[in-house]
Amino acid sequence: MKRYSIFSLARNAANYHKDWGPVWRSPEPKAEYDAVIVGAGGHGLATAYYLAKNHNMTNIAVLEKGWLGGGNTGRNTTIIRSNYLQDESMAIYELARSLYENLSQELNYNVMFSPRGVLMLCQTEHELRAFKRTSHANRLAGTEARMIDRAEVKRLCPIINDRDDCRYPILGAYYQPRGGTARHDAIAWGYARGADAMGVDIIQNCEVVGIDQNAGRITGVRTSRGEIKTTKLAVVVAGSTTQLMDMAGVRMPIESVSLQALVSEPIKPVIDVVVMANTVHGYMSQSDKGELVIGGGADPYNNFSQRGSFPAVEHTVTALVETFPIISRLRMLRQWGGTVDMTGDRSPIISMTDIGGLFVNCGWGTGGFKAIPGSGWAFADTIANDRPHPIAAPFSLNRYMIGHSIDESVAAAVAH
Amino acid sequence: MSGQPYRLPANVGSGTTGRILDRSRRIAFSFDGKSLSGHPGDTVASALFANGIRLVGRSFKYHRPRGVIGSGADEPNALISVGESGRHEPNQRATQVELYDGLVSKSQNNWPNLKFDIGQINSKFSRLIPAGFYYKTFMWPQSAWMFYEHFIRNAAGLGTAASEPDPDTYEHMHATCDVLVVGGGVAGLAAAQSAAAAGARVMVVDECARLGGLADSSSGLIESSPQTEWVQSTVSTLAAAENVHLMTRTIAAGHYHHNWCLLLERVTDHDPSLAIQGAPRHRLWKVRANQIVMATGALERPLTFANNDRPGVLLASAARIYVNRYGVSPGRRGVVFTNNDDAYQTALDLTRAGVPLARVVDVRTDPRGELVEEARAAGIEVVTGMAVTNVDTVAAGAKIQSVKVAPYKAGSRIGGREERIECDFVAVSGGWNPAVHLYCHTSGKVKFDEDLQSFKPDRSFDQITPVGAANGTYDLDGLISEASNTGAAVAKKAVGSKVKRSKSDRPLASSPKAGKLEPVWFVPATGALNEGNKHFVDFQNDVTAADLELAAREGYRSVEHIKRYTTLGMATDQGKTSNINALGVLTGALQSAIPQIGTTTFRPPYTPISFGAIAGTNAGNRFLVVRRTPPYEWHCENRADFEPIGQWRRPYCYPKPGDSRHDAINREILSVRNEVGLLDASTLGKIELKGPDAAKLLDRVYTNTFSTLKVGKGRYGLMLNEEGFLMDDGVTVRLADDHFLMHTTSGGADRIAGWLEEWLQTEWSDLKVYVTPVTEQWAQFAIAGPNARNVLENLDGDIDFSADSFEFMSMKVGRLTGYPVRAFRISFSGELSYEIATPSNFGHSLWLALLEAGENHGIQAYGTEALHVLRAEKGFIVVGDESDGTVTPLDLGLGWAVSKKKDDYIGKRSLERAYLAAPKRKQLVGLLTQDPQEVLPDGAYAVAELKDKPPMEMIGQVTSAYWSPTVGRSIAMALIKDGRNRLGDVVDFPLDNGKVVKATIVDPVFYDKEGAKQNV
Repeated sequence: MKRYSIFSLARNAANYHKDWGPVWRSPEPKAEYDAVIVGAGGHGLATAYYLAKNHNMTNIAVLEKGWLGGGNTGRNTTIIRSNYLQDESMAIYELARSLYENLSQELNYNVMFSPRGVLMLCQTEHELRAFKRTSHANRLAGTEARMIDRAEVKRLCPIINDRDDCRYPILGAYYQPRGGTARHDAIAWGYARGADAMGVDIIQNCEVVGIDQNAGRITGVRTSRGEIKTTKLAVVVAGSTTQLMDMAGVRMPIESVSLQALVSEPIKPVIDVVVMANTVHGYMSQSDKGELVIGGGADPYNNFSQRGSFPAVEHTVTALVETFPIISRLRMLRQWGGTVDMTGDRSPIISMTDIGGLFVNCGWGTGGFKAIPGSGWAFADTIANDRPHPIAAPFSLNRYMIGHSIDESVAAAVAH
Repeated sequence: MSGQPYRLPANVGSGTTGRILDRSRRIAFSFDGKSLSGHPGDTVASALFANGIRLVGRSFKYHRPRGVIGSGADEPNALISVGESGRHEPNQRATQVELYDGLVSKSQNNWPNLKFDIGQINSKFSRLIPAGFYYKTFMWPQSAWMFYEHFIRNAAGLGTAASEPDPDTYEHMHATCDVLVVGGGVAGLAAAQSAAAAGARVMVVDECARLGGLADSSSGLIESSPQTEWVQSTVSTLAAAENVHLMTRTIAAGHYHHNWCLLLERVTDHDPSLAIQGAPRHRLWKVRANQIVMATGALERPLTFANNDRPGVLLASAARIYVNRYGVSPGRRGVVFTNNDDAYQTALDLTRAGVPLARVVDVRTDPRGELVEEARAAGIEVVTGMAVTNVDTVAAGAKIQSVKVAPYKAGSRIGGREERIECDFVAVSGGWNPAVHLYCHTSGKVKFDEDLQSFKPDRSFDQITPVGAANGTYDLDGLISEASNTGAAVAKKAVGSKVKRSKSDRPLASSPKAGKLEPVWFVPATGALNEGNKHFVDFQNDVTAADLELAAREGYRSVEHIKRYTTLGMATDQGKTSNINALGVLTGALQSAIPQIGTTTFRPPYTPISFGAIAGTNAGNRFLVVRRTPPYEWHCENRADFEPIGQWRRPYCYPKPGDSRHDAINREILSVRNEVGLLDASTLGKIELKGPDAAKLLDRVYTNTFSTLKVGKGRYGLMLNEEGFLMDDGVTVRLADDHFLMHTTSGGADRIAGWLEEWLQTEWSDLKVYVTPVTEQWAQFAIAGPNARNVLENLDGDIDFSADSFEFMSMKVGRLTGYPVRAFRISFSGELSYEIATPSNFGHSLWLALLEAGENHGIQAYGTEALHVLRAEKGFIVVGDESDGTVTPLDLGLGWAVSKKKDDYIGKRSLERAYLAAPKRKQLVGLLTQDPQEVLPDGAYAVAELKDKPPMEMIGQVTSAYWSPTVGRSIAMALIKDGRNRLGDVVDFPLDNGKVVKATIVDPVFYDKEGAKQNV
C-alpha cells in the first residue's frame, strides 16, 4: 500500500499522478476462505479490517453484490455521536466514536472526522426531561456531553429560530461537543484499502445466492461468481438482511423501511454544528462542500426501495424551514432513500446464531453510520473467537427471546 | 447606464434576430454593482452578453474564470445571486433568470472581486490538488483537521444564504389530469393537441416563459412554414380549449410512484412586484396523472478539449438561441466546432445574422448532411477531419484570442500541422442527450443508442411515455408523428375515447436529412504540455478528463465510485452537460464500453426547487396545527403559562401578578388538597369502541379484564406493546353492553387509536367493533378537592352526586346546568374528584359555570404541573415518566392490574420471558432526600458505589421529582434495582455540579396511604 501524505502527493504531482496504483485489488474469488463476510458496506469492511488487523485473519473475503460502500454507508447523513441513553448503547457508540477520533491516521486515509458538535434540541418539557436523564446517564458512564440553554444554542448555531413565539420554542439542547460528521464514502474506501493491503479479498459484483450448511454448521456460500467454501460466514447487509438470512433458514426480527434524505445546493458556511430537532422531526448539518445535509423521516410503510419519496421530505423540510428560517430560498438539489433495518427496540443485532459459524450484524436502523468502527471491532472479535465480544453481547439475537430489550426510543422519539 | 455593444439589429442580412425582445423598452439592472440595461424578454445571461460581459463567475475548486455556456437548465457556469436581504437567492442560473426592472445580481465564489479573485491561486497548485487529493492529506496531526477544514469550508460553497427570513409566501396545489405533457416544445404541443382532441383533460408544463421549445432555433418547416408559426397557432388553440391547462415557468421536478408528479411553478420570480402585492412566489403542484407524455427534449453536450472552459466557449445551440431569440451576438468572430450536423444550423444562423464566422471545424472526414451542404453553399468555410485542440486567452484567461486547430483522428494523438484561428468565441456541439431524468426517477430503464451515442428511454414500470427528442427522435416529421400518435394513444388509455384518427390529423413537416454523428469524447492538446492543460468534463465542479482517468487508475472503477471520488455530476446542474462525456472519457480509462460502465442514478428534482415551496403555507405560525381546548380563551385571559404537549397547548400553571411559577403551582396544589381545583383535562385521549366484540377487543389489548365490567362502571387498564412493556394507561368505562369509552394518555391518543385499528385490520379482522377517536368531540374537566361535590351540587341538573348514589369508579349520563354531560367519578389526585365531559361546543360555557358554582368554595383552576405533583404525592404513575418503553407493570408495582386468568392479551407471552420475569429488576420506589429542601433533578442516576470519577455503575434513576407543598418537603419517584427489597437504604446521586445527593428509599405513596380522601 502506498502511504498517503503531502509529500507523496507532491512527488506524484511531478508526474501528473500517473504512478498511483489501485487503492484495492479486484481479485477473483478463491475456492475457500477462513471467513467470508457478505456485504462491503462500512460495517462489513470495518469487520474485515479488524479481523485482519486485530485477529490476524487475512485469508478472508468480503463479497459485495454491487459496488463497495453503495448501500447505507454512501446514503446516510453522516452524523456521529454517542450520547445514547442505555448503558449497552453508550458502550458501543462511544467505542465507535472514540475510534473515529484517530481513524484517518489509523487508515492513512482522510475520513474527515469532524467533531463539530451535535445539538439535540429540546422543544417540549418532556423532551427536556428525557435529555436531562440521558445527560446524567452519559456523565456517569464517562461520555462527554452536556445540557445547554437557548442562548448557547443560538451562539453555536446563529441561524436557528430562537423566538419565543415560534411553534415549539427552543428550551435548550443536549450537546455533545465531540460528536460530529465524517466523509461517508471515505469510511468505506479507507477500510477497504486498509483491509486489502493486509490481504483481504474484496470481491465486488458478486451476489450471494445461497448459503450451504451441514449438520448445523456453515460450509460455504453460492455466489453469482461460483461456490466459495468457508466455515465462518458473517452477514452484514443492511437492507437485505431478511433475504440473506432466509437463505440460511433464519427468520430475523427486522422490518425494512426507506429512510429519506436530501441535500441543498452548496452555499458558503451557515451552520457549523449538527442540529437534530426531534420534536419537529428533522436534522441538518452542512458538508465541507457547502451542501446542507438533511434527513428526518422514513416512509411510513415497509419497503425495499432506495428511491426518494416526497411526503417524508415535505415533512422534514417544513420542520427545518421553521427551525432555520433563512433556508427558505435555498433549494433542494437531490433526494434519495436508503433501506434501513428496523428492530423492535431500535437497537442493532450483533450476534452469533443457532447455526455454527453463522454470524449476523444488522438492525442499525437509521443510525448505523456512527457505529461503523465499533461495530466492526466488536463483530470481528466475535467472529474470530466464536463468542460474543463483551460490548456486542447485549446485542445478541437472544435478547428478543429473554426480553432484554435495549430501547432507545425513549431518548429520541424519532430517527436517530 | 452603458450601451449594449453586442446587441444585434432586429433585421440583419436575411434573418430576424431577437424575436422575443421588446426593443422599445429598456430595463435597468445591475451586475456586481455595475448599472446595465437590457430589454423585456432578456434573461440575465442574454443581457450580460449584450453588454459585452463574458466573465460571469468562478469555478468551484480552481476559481477559473467562467462565462455562459448554455441557454437553459443545463447551465453549469453562469451561477449568480439575485435579490437582496430576505429576497437574496444564491446559485441562480443566469440563463433562466428573466430580466426585470431593478434586478440586482452578483457573481459568486470570488474575493475580492470577480476579475481579480485570490482563489484562482488554486489553479497554480492544481497539480497538487487533483481529484480526491483531500483523502490523501490534511491528516497530520489528526487534531488539525478541523483547522484545515475551516479553510476548506470557507473556500467551498458557491453563493451565500439570505441574511433575513424570506418575506415571500408559497403555496401547494393538488390536481389530477388524464394526460400530463411535460415539455411544451413541438413534440409536447403535438402530443397535447392530439390528446386534447381525443377528449382527455390535459396539462402541459414547460420550464420557460414561452412555449415552443427550440422551434425558433431549429431547422425544418411545419406545413411548409416556419415552426414558430405552427407553435403560435397551436398554442392559441390549446389555450382556448376547456380541457387543456397550459403552464409556463413550471418544471416537472420529480416523478414518483404511481404517476404522481411534482411540479414547481415560478409565479413571481420574473416580476417580484407581484410577490410584494401578495402573490405566492412559487406554487408546488402535486399532480396525479393517469398518463404522462415526456417531451422534455434533449440537452447538448460540449466537447472536451484543452481549456474548453474559457469564457467564450459555449454550446452551439446556445449560440444560435442568443442570436435568434435574444438578438445578441456571443462575440465578434466565432468558430464552430462539431461532430454532428446540428451545429451547422448555428453556423447558418450566425451568418444570416451577420455575425462573422471564421470556420466550422468538423471532426468528421466526410460530412454529407443537408445542413452541411447548405452551409457550404452559403459560403461558410468548413474544415473536416480537424479538431479544436486548445484555446489561447488574454485577460488572465477571461477572454479568448484564438483557437488552435489540428488534424484529428479518434484514438490517436494529434499530429500534423496546427493552425491558429483568431476568434473570440467557440460554439461547440458534441451531440445531444435525451433528457431522460424524469423517466428514471421511478426506476425507468434507459439503453445506449449507438447512433445518438447517448442513452434513451427503454422501458418503464409506470405510465410515462417519452416522445420526440427525449426519446431520441430528432427528425422533425418523425417527431411530430410520434408525439401526435402518442398523445392520442395515451388519451385513449386514460379516457377510453374512440375518436378515429387519420394521418391528416397531424401536421406534416420536413427537415434537412442529417448525417451521422461521430463520437468524440476527448481531444488531446498538441505539444509537450499536454498534461498541463485542463480538459473540463464537469465545469462547475472542475472535474477534468485527467481526474476521471486518475480515479479509474486508482481503482475507483464503478461509475458510482468515480462520481463520488471526483464529484463528477454532483454540482447544481447534476451532470446535465457532463455525465455522458465523462462516460465517454472513461471508455478509454476503463477499457469498457459505455453501456457496460452504466449511468449513475437520476434523482429528483430535475432542477433544484426551493425549500420555501416545499414547506408551502405550512411555515411560520401555520407550521403544524395548534390544538386548543374549548376554554382556551379563558386560559389566555387568566395568564396561563402554556406548555406544548404534542400539538396541544395546555396550561402549565396560572401565575397571578407577582407569582413565580413555583408560587402558582404550590397555590394550585393546596387549593385542590384543601378546597377544590378545576383542571382542563380535555386533551385526555378518548376513543369509543362499539360493537358486539368491543369487550373482547379490550380484553386483548389491556392486561386486565373488561368483559366483566358492569354498564356504568369504569376500570383502570394497562396497555402493553408486544414486547411486554407498558405503553398506555387510563380508565375505560362501559356505556352499554356493546359500547365502551376508553381514556388514553393525552400524548397517546392518536397512537393508540392507530394501534387498535392496526390490530383490527391486520390481525383481528373477524372482530365486530368500530373504533372511533372522539378526543376533540368532548371537553372534559376534573373537579377535585374536598369541596368538589358541593360545587357540582350547586349546579342545576339531574345527576345525583352523593356518595351513596355515585360510587367511586362509576359514571352517569345526564344534564348539568342545561348541558348534556357524562360524569365520571375518578381521581388522579387522590382527592374526592369527578370528571365532567360535555360536547366541545358547550365546553367553554360549562367551564365558566363550574368556576362560578365554585366561587364560594374557593375553586381555582390548576395546570399540568400541579396535576403532576398531586399524582406524585399519591404515587400514581405517568406513562412516559415512570415508564420509558423498558418498564413492565410488575416493575411499577401494578401487578394487581395484570390478569393471571386471561388466556392471552398483547404482551402476555413477552412478560413471561426470563429477563422480564427476573427478580431484582429496576422497581418503582419513593425517595426522600436527606435534606428535605433538596429536590432531586429529573433523571438523576443513583450509583452502586461512589467513585472519584466516571464510570460508575448505575443502579437506577429518578423518574419524577417535585417539591410537595402538601407534605412540606421534596419527594421523588424512582426506578431502582431491586428497590422494593431496599426500603430504608440510602443511595447516592452524584450530580453534574460535583454534589452528591443522598436519599432514602421509601414506599412511593407519600400522602394519604389509605386512600381515605377520595372515599368521602
